[in-house]
Amino acid sequence: MEKPRALPTEIDLSRPSAARVYDYFLGGAHNFEIDRQLAEQIAAMTPNLADTMRAGRAFLRRAVAELARGGIDQFLDIGSGIPTVGNVHEVAQGINPQARIVYVDVDPVAVAHSRSILDGNEGTAVVQADLRDPAYVLSEARDAGLLDFSRPIAVLLAGVVHFVPDDDRPDEILKTLRDAVAPGSYLVISHSTYEDQPREMLEAQKLSAKTATEITLRSRAQIADYFGDWELLEPGIVHMPLWRPESPDDVDAQPERFGAYGAVGRKPVTTG
Amino acid sequence: MLSAPDISSAGAQRYAGRWARAVASGVFVPMSSDEVERLLLAQTMALAEAVVAEPFSPDAALEVGRAMIAANLTEPDVLDYSIGALGGDFLAEVLPGLAVSSEAVERVARLQGALSAGFAGALRDRTFAQQERISRSAWTARNDVEQALRDSEARFRAVFSSAATGIGIAETDGQILDVNRAFADLLGYSVEEMRAMNVAQLFYADDAAGMWALYTELLSGMRESVRLEKRYYRKDGTPVWVDLSVSLVRHDDGSPRFTVAMVQDITEQSELKERLRFQALHDPLTGLPNRTLFFERLAAVLADAGPDQRVGVCFLDLDGFKAINDTLGHDVGDRLLVVVARRLGEAAGHLVARMGGDEFVILVEDCAGTEHAVAVAENALTAVSEPVSLGAHQLALSACVGVVERPVEGATATDLMKAADATLYWAKAEGGHGRWALHDPARAERDLANSALAAALPGALARGEFTVDYQPIVSLGDGVVRAVEALVRWRHPTLGLLPPDRFIPLAEETGLIVPLGRWVLETACADASRWLAEFPRARLIVSVNLAARQVASPEIVDVVAEVLAHTGLPPDLLALELTESAVFATIGEPLRSLRRLAATGVRLAIDDFGTGYSNLAYLRQLPIQALKLAGPFVTDIRDDDPAGVVAERVVDALVRLTHALGLSVTAESVETAHQAERLRVLGCDAAQGRHFGCPVEASAITVRLREAAEVPIG
Repeated sequence: MEKPRALPTEIDLSRPSAARVYDYFLGGAHNFEIDRQLAEQIAAMTPNLADTMRAGRAFLRRAVAELARGGIDQFLDIGSGIPTVGNVHEVAQGINPQARIVYVDVDPVAVAHSRSILDGNEGTAVVQADLRDPAYVLSEARDAGLLDFSRPIAVLLAGVVHFVPDDDRPDEILKTLRDAVAPGSYLVISHSTYEDQPREMLEAQKLSAKTATEITLRSRAQIADYFGDWELLEPGIVHMPLWRPESPDDVDAQPERFGAYGAVGRKPVTTG
Repeated sequence: MLSAPDISSAGAQRYAGRWARAVASGVFVPMSSDEVERLLLAQTMALAEAVVAEPFSPDAALEVGRAMIAANLTEPDVLDYSIGALGGDFLAEVLPGLAVSSEAVERVARLQGALSAGFAGALRDRTFAQQERISRSAWTARNDVEQALRDSEARFRAVFSSAATGIGIAETDGQILDVNRAFADLLGYSVEEMRAMNVAQLFYADDAAGMWALYTELLSGMRESVRLEKRYYRKDGTPVWVDLSVSLVRHDDGSPRFTVAMVQDITEQSELKERLRFQALHDPLTGLPNRTLFFERLAAVLADAGPDQRVGVCFLDLDGFKAINDTLGHDVGDRLLVVVARRLGEAAGHLVARMGGDEFVILVEDCAGTEHAVAVAENALTAVSEPVSLGAHQLALSACVGVVERPVEGATATDLMKAADATLYWAKAEGGHGRWALHDPARAERDLANSALAAALPGALARGEFTVDYQPIVSLGDGVVRAVEALVRWRHPTLGLLPPDRFIPLAEETGLIVPLGRWVLETACADASRWLAEFPRARLIVSVNLAARQVASPEIVDVVAEVLAHTGLPPDLLALELTESAVFATIGEPLRSLRRLAATGVRLAIDDFGTGYSNLAYLRQLPIQALKLAGPFVTDIRDDDPAGVVAERVVDALVRLTHALGLSVTAESVETAHQAERLRVLGCDAAQGRHFGCPVEASAITVRLREAAEVPIG
């Protein structure tokens, strides 16, 4: 039986897509005029945003590499967007060719694009689902047949939870995801914050909220709650460049200017 | 021609480090900074080798430009820096020996151009490829969605056309766009015919009120959906009941677009429901409303009535219906009930219900008064009394009706029915056969009090609450007390001293008269026996009343004999008073009992003579010694009233008659000296009444006997 939720009613290319805007910020050409217009509009108001996105991408790369080297070979990347370069499967399979990755995105164009890129890569799958319906995300991810939920999985939520407003109960969404995976699993989150930010930046953030997909800025404590009782890996919840930089040169003079925290947590093995 | 290569590896390292830092800050590189530096060091070395290569070719720089694009170093700033640095300190750092070589500078310029060309070409190719890919992805996604929509459409079509539920879609002006087969079949049209119709054609004048209003509310967008039961008429005119649900489909801007109707044939269900409801509320034999429906209706009348409204209930019961069932069979009985039910239904003009058996009840709503309810009852009785022909049987029926009529205010269904039932019983008790009785609250109250008394009787006997008083019976010839009549009293703990007429009828009804009568007989005989012992010469007779039920009892002879033996009273000092009805109502056993009682030597008298039905011819054959004239004959003898003369003549005739039969006469209720004197003159033998003494306790009789004994006889 086909699930009616999976059925988008139409593809409207006259509206920008968050995934394509993100691609543009990362230097990709997987985007249309309407996406570039929005990206320029955002960039004009929040000049740091492109940097933030690059820093986020770098954080994700470091975290995935760290976990892959630590033996994790299953990844569930929710909100994967358009995998331009430096994708999770490239990083993970570069370390362990047997690693399996399931990409999840809500944007049907991003999903179609991902499928075309990943065509022939047996270790990857792409599903279309909305993070706001985590049960559906999980059931689709299971149906993809690549992940073994009885073994540890790294759940990646890179720059996506801040697209979920409080009304959609992100805490419950995170709990559903945490409960679904085996002990020893990891959760990787990067999330925009208002903490340590100059006032002008917050003002600009408010403006940006009016134009595109709304972003909800959250505190370190709120982000900590998303990990539940999981153990946070060192150095905990930090501004993204500070999370296990590969060389001192990587750390910007003002790491807080990227306006987003990054953290990785591990599901306890003893308490389940 | 340049001299031998002299590449400074330390310089290349420094150059690559600066290059890496410069480019990494402005673009996303999917590599660590070490990796970027390694990559750019390799490019630096490639460029240096290209400068010193013989023969010189700038092609290596094309590759450097392409490698930068491959590493995602795509920003214009990156190219700007890279070209600038190459033309700047590249030679000084990496090839210090050639820093001043004009040919080297020339070659670097060529390499700058080639690097730019490689960068631009690769960027153009990459952009084309990525644009191509994203466009293709967009089209793929669009195709997927359209395919899904087509699949969904096909599935919907399959559901629509094969559904057993009727589905129809109409525009907001009512024009039917499409219906499925089930809908068309339900109404007996073809799909094409229905597509040409307007919804308005499916509304009818006899639709339930408000139905069209609901539909227009839906069309105006005030409602999302409507669900109701509706009757349609098929093309051939036959009605069909459906469960109809209509929903509104809106445009994106919220304005009404279509209505979608779903219909389910519920004709059978609604008929069944109707049938079940009818069955639940009607008597299967006669088709009349049953007890449940009657009480529902009565409750509704009581609940809805205005303050001055009245209500009547006629409770009707056929006379002797059990006998008809028993003799002619239940089949005839049932057919009879059907006829009666039909007649009552036709005659009443009110709700007639069968309560069970042969009981029917008529509810007179909006009753105009007692006469109205009685008229309904009389109509019903008339209807029932018409002879009924059932095959070979010609049956004459009658019934009784209990009528209750009262203001609605303060009435309850239960009380009304209880009262109607009790009143019906009065009509029956009064003889039945076409009688009606009207409810009388006072009588009902008495009935209630009586039944309380009747219930208390057995306990009262056990607790010794009864006493026996005696009234002297005097010989009119010499004024001597010849006898006393034993009269039982009840010393009721709360009601005080009750005379026999308050409880003897109840004792007769309940059967307690037998043990009570025996107790009175024993008490009276014991007292008489003591008087005989103390005043043997008085030979005082004790007179005890026997109820019809006692007379009818086969044991009466043995009981009397036992009591006489037990008390030692000679039989000729006991007189038993019987009422006319007890003696004449039946023949057979009572008469045999009377003969046997007479044979024991006991005296027998007829009490209250002249008030009941006496067979004078039969009287002669009875073994009795005396008649007691009923009180009214005596009461009418008055010296201040000309009618007294007539009364005296009647008494005169009765005395003569009695004497002619060889019986003695005792007059009751003698209250005045005039009456006593006239009775003596007329030849009456004895008399009792207030004039000669009220009923008194046994001890008072003893005192009177003692006084009489002190006066020597003669």
